[in-house]
Formats: sequence, C-alpha cells, structure tokens
Amino acid sequence: MSVPARAAGLIIAFLVVVGLGVFVAVYYIGSQSQLTTVHYQASGGQVNVMLQEDPQNDSATKPDWVSYYVQDPATKQWEHTTLFSVPANTTVNVTIYGYDGCTPLRNNFFSQVQGTNGDTVSVTQFDQHGKQLGAPTTTSVINSWADCNVGHTFAIPNLGIYVPVASPNAQLSANNLCGSSPCTTQGNPYSQETFSFKSPARTGVYRWQCLVPCGGGYLDGNSGPMQTLGYMMGEMDVVS
Amino acid sequence: MSETTAEPAVVGGGRQPRHWLRMISIWFVLALVADLVTWFIWYPHMPPGDMSQSAHDQQFDIGVLAITGIPVVLAVLIYFIYSLIVFRARPGDDLDGPPLHGNNKLATGWIAITAILVMWCFGFGTYELVVPAGAGSGEGPSPIWQLAGKTSSTWTPGSGNMLQVQVIGQQWAWTFRYPQFGGMETSTLYLPVDTPITFHVTSLDVIHEFWAYEIGVKADANPGVDNVAYTTIHQTGIFQVRCNELCGIWHGAMFTYNHAVSPTAFQSWAQGVQQKEHADGLLTALPPYALTYDPTVLPELTDSNNLNKVDGITGANGYYYPGPQAGTNNGDPVSP
Repeated sequence: MSVPARAAGLIIAFLVVVGLGVFVAVYYIGSQSQLTTVHYQASGGQVNVMLQEDPQNDSATKPDWVSYYVQDPATKQWEHTTLFSVPANTTVNVTIYGYDGCTPLRNNFFSQVQGTNGDTVSVTQFDQHGKQLGAPTTTSVINSWADCNVGHTFAIPNLGIYVPVASPNAQLSANNLCGSSPCTTQGNPYSQETFSFKSPARTGVYRWQCLVPCGGGYLDGNSGPMQTLGYMMGEMDVVS
Repeated sequence: MSETTAEPAVVGGGRQPRHWLRMISIWFVLALVADLVTWFIWYPHMPPGDMSQSAHDQQFDIGVLAITGIPVVLAVLIYFIYSLIVFRARPGDDLDGPPLHGNNKLATGWIAITAILVMWCFGFGTYELVVPAGAGSGEGPSPIWQLAGKTSSTWTPGSGNMLQVQVIGQQWAWTFRYPQFGGMETSTLYLPVDTPITFHVTSLDVIHEFWAYEIGVKADANPGVDNVAYTTIHQTGIFQVRCNELCGIWHGAMFTYNHAVSPTAFQSWAQGVQQKEHADGLLTALPPYALTYDPTVLPELTDSNNLNKVDGITGANGYYYPGPQAGTNNGDPVSP
C-alpha cells in the first residue's frame, strides 16, 4: 500500500474514533435535560426554602427513582430539580414535605439532627385528608431503626448539616403512599418537617445529598438516584 | 568565517584530559551543595510536615530518599551534559567514534554502586516501616508492627492508654466513633496530642481511603474490613481528612477539617459529646460498637423489630428493604 493511502487510512480511522467519542458525549451527556435552579430571595434577613421528597418522580426516563422537588417561590410550582440558591449569611428556613415511606439509615448516627439552629427539627404528620396527627414535635433525634419513621435525609456535609427527614405515618402510608409526583398534601399522608440554619458568609456551591441508601435496584442501595443531580442529591448555591 | 580545526579528543595522540576526574569533581561539588541545600532548607518544609510522629517519620523518609536520589540524578545529568560538550563531533570530523571494549573495572563499579544504592533503599525502607509502627499506613486487621501503648476500655489524660478511634467511610461523609466514650459518634474528628492513637478504619458501602494528611495517616476503608493504623500527634491545630480512593461522584468533596487539641481539652470535648448523645437518645440508637459493618446486612431489621411489623418498609415506593411480608429476603438490600 502506498504511503498516501496508508496516511489517508490512518486519518480516516482517527476521525471515526473521534466521531464516535463526540457522538457518545452528545448522546449521553448533551441529551440530558438542563436542571432548573430555583432562586430564593431573602426577606427580612430570612429565606424560606420548600422541598419535598417523593417515592417516584415525573421524569420520562427514570420515573421509579425516588426524588426531591424544589418549590419555586414565585410560581409555587414544584420543580423537578435539586438546585437552588440562597443569599449568603442569611437564616434559611427549610420546610420538607416527606411523602416517601420509611427506609432505615445504614449509619444510624445520621438519625441525629446536626447543624440546624438548636440542633433540632420540628415534625408534624398529616393523614391523607390533610388532617394533622398530633402536635408538632421538636426533636434532636429521629431514630430510623426504632420504628418506621425516617424516609430520607437532607445533608450538607461541608456545612455540618445533617437532617433526618421524617416519613409519613407508617399505618397510613401502607396503602396510601403517594403514587404520582409531584405529590400534594391532599390524598397522600405526609410529614412536614421544618428547621433553620444560617447560610455561610462565603459564597459558592455547597452540595447536599441524602444519606439513606435509597437507590432501589442498585447494589447496596448506592448509585442511581443517590448519585444523580435532580434526584437525591443537589447543590445549594450561596450567592452574595 | 574561520574554520574550526579542533581535533577529536582521541585523535592525535596528545595527552588526554582526565575526564572521569573532571566529572567526579563536578559531580561531588554539585551533589554536596544540592544535598546540603535539600537537607537544611528544603527538608523542613517537605510534606506532610511534622504535626505527628508518623508525619515526621514520613517527612524524614522523604528527606533521606531525596538526598540519596539527588546525587544519582546529578551523576546522570553531569555525565550526559559533559559528554554533549566535550565528546561532541566537531565540524569536519567524519571519523567514527572509538571502538568499545570490555571494561571490567567500570562494570564492577557500576554493579557495586547500584547494588549498594538498592540495598540501602531496601534496608532503610524496611527499618522505617517497622520501627515507627507502619509509618502511619493501614496494616490490616492484625497489624504486625504495633505502636507502644496500653489497650484499655477507658482513656484519660496521662493514663498512657491508647485512644481507640473508629473511622467510618460512606458515600460521601466520614464519621468517627470513640468506643472508650460510650461508643459516641461524631462527624468531626477530635484527637489529643501526645497520646498513642489507634485508628480502626472501615466502610459502610464502597471502598474509601482515610487520609489524614497533616498527621500522616493513610489507610484504606474497605467494607467488612478493620484496617488498623497508628499515630501520635505532637502539635495542636487543624488537620484535614480526605478520601483518597475514587468512591463516586462526590469523592472530591468528601473531606472534613478536624482538630488536634490538648488531652484535657479532648477529654472535655469527648465527655460533652457523649453526654449530649446520651441525653438525645442517640447512643442507644447506635449499634453496639463493632470493628466492621456489613453493608449487606442491617441486623436491627428483624421480624420482631417494630420497623417491619406494620407493613414492611415502604421506602422508595416499597422497592427497597422489603419486609418479611413483601418477600423472602427479609431486608437484604442487595436484592431489593
């Protein structure tokens, strides 16, 4: 084979390999939908962040993955995203609606509330008709191994924030667990958990995650929604 | 332009300069200067510092290997550069180089010097691995080289007892248990100075690596394995703990800032945490202290546990940790 023919063959082979790489990158990475970032504005030095965690989600590709949702403060719509921003050096009041049933923590240490104001959370449970079940409880530990009462966690490790998120009443959720996302407070038993923390003075992106191994169908419950933005892990962007 | 008339060094029969003597002289001066600069100026700043005994030992090892290696590197470079300058072909010199012959002295010297260097590295490395009790690295569940210190179920300042600390990795956070303080667990590592410390490193899920950089401790965190490492910290201050084994998407963010404090300050802190966790009920919620965790089994999930008696566990829409009513695997998370 002549030198030009061999050179042309090498160039073509090289271009084919590069083309395959580009195709894979575009197909698998570029085709993923861009996640929305929900922006929260401070009022009176405070900001109110609204989250919910669901047993499933409304995506087309992974509808059976557990997932967080973030409520847009302007439209009050629940966005299927885990990206939100808060102002720096501000009191962040978080409300999490827990619709998913209980799952025990692998490390029960994270049953302890850490890093919130007072190292406590306030928990209230509701039935599927929206009726409040008992008075709100302020607690520093929600023991995920003692009873069916922790669904997931909300943790920002770099800020030392670890919050177990209560699951709905076990008796009620047995046959009435929310089956369509985003879940609503009517027709589904749920828990409502509130806590506050101070956002850091230093701006930047702080990742948050669930520490319950809730990747159903994956080895040891890892991977899947546990490792995917928009599901059980996210980013809190602290802005000036 | 004048034409260069220089002759090749071997041609002409004139007296040859003593090339070996020249090269050795240049090498000796440069190596001496480089080693002195390395030892007295660079070495005190070499990583990982001297915050702990194991860090100090590692810094010493790196320093010694540096002053061992620098003369070798210089010998190669000097020979290379000297040859380029002195033995280069001059313009107009089309003669072949001198023929090569066997040189027993050179071969013997080469073998002897390299053998000495290799044996020195072997001997020094072995000694440094044994004497400072594993040099801060994980030694597995049955360490051969153990740090001197009494093993006890209690620890107080000045007791001479080893402080036991369990390091638990999970995606993507570190936690630390202190069996001598009721098995309390924290997300920040506090350690006392001037105290022999035993780390029991393990994992709840995938493979991580516990790397306490400034105190010179580095040990794999494998699920189901108790990996033991030792150190003694000599300086108070802040040190980092990082994961050094790619363990998932947030591996790079799996780090914490931790504290080395005086023994009395440590005791005060540890007792405070223990009391709070006792008061909160967390201590009773934690599993009994054990050297390993099996990621596939949560022994607390039994038929008699309240967790399953209602309806099986309902997390992840019922797919995960199925209870006894939902299947036969009785909470085995491997086969949800």
